[in-house]
Amino acid sequence: MESKAVPGAGSRVEVGVPDAAPALDASRWEGLEQTDEFRRLVAARVRFVLPATVFFLVYYFALPILNGTAPDLMRTRVAGSVNVAYLFALSQFFMAWILAWLYIRRANTVFDRLADAVRRRARNGPDASAAKEVRP
Amino acid sequence: MNITFALFLVVVAITLVITGWAARRTSSAVQFWAAGRTITGWQNGLAIAGDYMSAASFLGIAGLIAFNGYDGFMYSVGWLVAYLLVLFVIAEPMRNTGKFTMADVLAYRMRPVPVRSAAAAATIAISASYMMAQMVGAGSLIKILIPGLDTALKPFFGWSLFGVHLDPSITLVGLLMMVYVIAGGMVATTWVQIVKAVMLMSGAVLLTLLVLLYFQFNLGSFFDHVASVKDKATGLPFTDPGILYQYGKTQVWGMDKALLENVSLGMALILGTAGLPHILMRFFTVPDGRAARGSVGWAMGLIGAFYVMTTFLGFGAATLLGKSLICAKIVNGKCASAPNNNLSVPRLADFLGSHFFGTFGGEFLLACIAAVAFATILAVVAGLTLAASAAFSHDFYVNVIRRDTHVSEGEQVLVARITAAGVGVLAIFLASGVGASTNAAALVAGLAFVIASAAALPVILFTLFWKRFNTWGAVAGLLGGTIATIVLYSLGPGFGAVPPKHPVFPLSNVGIVTIPLGFLCAVVFTYVGELVRADRLAERRFHEIDVRANTGLGAEGAAPVPVIVAGE
Repeated sequence: MESKAVPGAGSRVEVGVPDAAPALDASRWEGLEQTDEFRRLVAARVRFVLPATVFFLVYYFALPILNGTAPDLMRTRVAGSVNVAYLFALSQFFMAWILAWLYIRRANTVFDRLADAVRRRARNGPDASAAKEVRP
Repeated sequence: MNITFALFLVVVAITLVITGWAARRTSSAVQFWAAGRTITGWQNGLAIAGDYMSAASFLGIAGLIAFNGYDGFMYSVGWLVAYLLVLFVIAEPMRNTGKFTMADVLAYRMRPVPVRSAAAAATIAISASYMMAQMVGAGSLIKILIPGLDTALKPFFGWSLFGVHLDPSITLVGLLMMVYVIAGGMVATTWVQIVKAVMLMSGAVLLTLLVLLYFQFNLGSFFDHVASVKDKATGLPFTDPGILYQYGKTQVWGMDKALLENVSLGMALILGTAGLPHILMRFFTVPDGRAARGSVGWAMGLIGAFYVMTTFLGFGAATLLGKSLICAKIVNGKCASAPNNNLSVPRLADFLGSHFFGTFGGEFLLACIAAVAFATILAVVAGLTLAASAAFSHDFYVNVIRRDTHVSEGEQVLVARITAAGVGVLAIFLASGVGASTNAAALVAGLAFVIASAAALPVILFTLFWKRFNTWGAVAGLLGGTIATIVLYSLGPGFGAVPPKHPVFPLSNVGIVTIPLGFLCAVVFTYVGELVRADRLAERRFHEIDVRANTGLGAEGAAPVPVIVAGE
């Protein structure tokens, strides 16, 4: 079963990608995974994604749980007939939009730059130093 | 009826033109399934919105709000917030590592034959149950819009199959949809979805503005009217939570049943999106990870704006019409058939049109909204059928059955088309069994989203992030999550108009049990696999997927010629 090249990957995928450089075998992937550049990228992603995910899960599940356990609070009218439950639900939309915007902004600047460094490292070989930057 | 029919034909014509144009560009597999990876970020964002906002969103959520008030809004909230998970951990890794399907990603590390087979099974289960909900919406829609058609076709449907009488409307819509899907590929689907997203947003904005105009743009007065509508059973005003989920009434396992239902629903809503094959597939159509990320941003803007408007549509229908005026057949201003909450938006359109522009206006607006709903259903089912056919033909046929032989591009696309037909027939059959009065949103969230979060999500997450994960865990997670969900759902009360009195399983939303179960299956069987030393390559191959997913290194670019696309 393992005889076929890694499915979905294999040798064909390098075609047409300008920065894929030499074919990378299993040990080189592992080597690349150990580089400082790659570790910096993963650390930067985790630093944003982990707390943001925990935050949105807590914020989201607070809504059904409060609706069930604190009905009097949620039914409190705030402005006219608009109650806490509706405003809290509406705030979820803004929470989602703001978190998405923050993520995209950070990814477009920080994560992409760090990923570029890993790709450069891959082009120059895992032993090359990050200083030897040659853009194609 | 004549305007409705004319507008319906217009929608059909637009779709056909797009399909015809796309069909000429769809000869290779990468074009059929991934539109040559040349869709830009904002185009894909619109297409995701078009792929995602289904009959369940447009007709279903507004219907739940119109009949149950605030509690129906929970669906809207969950279905938007879910995209954060897609954005943070799914979109870019998918684009960076996958080819056409979710199974491509799994097969990096796992033994391809078992994981592709299991992933194909889970994908088809998700797509078929999702499509079922679309058809339920389509069926009730055609009954109200072209009532003569259903009656005229009835004599041809006098037989039953395994005890299920096929519904003429559902069958007709199903067949029609299959024709489009099979003829077009991803290119056609993408553009149908983009056109539909624009139509749907325009329709929702127009109706929202008319609702607000009715209350002279006085939001305070609008909410006062909503709060003055009281639920008969609970006596609660429609702005308050607790009508659909009657808290503190029944206990299950020592906990409040309504709270369990609501949290269980929330889990499926928020986790399911990240495992929906037809949404995941959209990320393979863009040139790179950056465009995938940007497309989620666009999609979230549109989807969020739409879901905020669902409250105006739903509350509007509740205040201006009420349950007693929302049904398929209206005679002398009164309902002559059972209330059907899927029809809240069409009835609202009819009412607002008549109020502002006279009888013709009502007919015209109803026809417009019906056309939007049809476009909506067509676009979503196109995406679903593509996903299901990719799962069968790319994963199962090309990479399992014919793994040792070369399969030509033409044959791959042919098999995909045959599978699409099979999935369509299955969905017609299942939807007819469910019946057109079941709420589309409740149904799709109760089944398709639960399978997606119990079977697909754990396996995707573990493949990307857990080094020890292996083939045993992946297969067990996929099959365990799918089977547990289907079994528990069928043992539970379900979402039918008349729930069974003493269901074996107490909850309609089964996610609270089956989602943890899916994760558990994946973990436990990973360790079992380790014990029997079944799969020692998966761990070594983790390094490759880890680097690829994070950097996009070696990802397949746009085809056939590299197209320069500036990201978002």
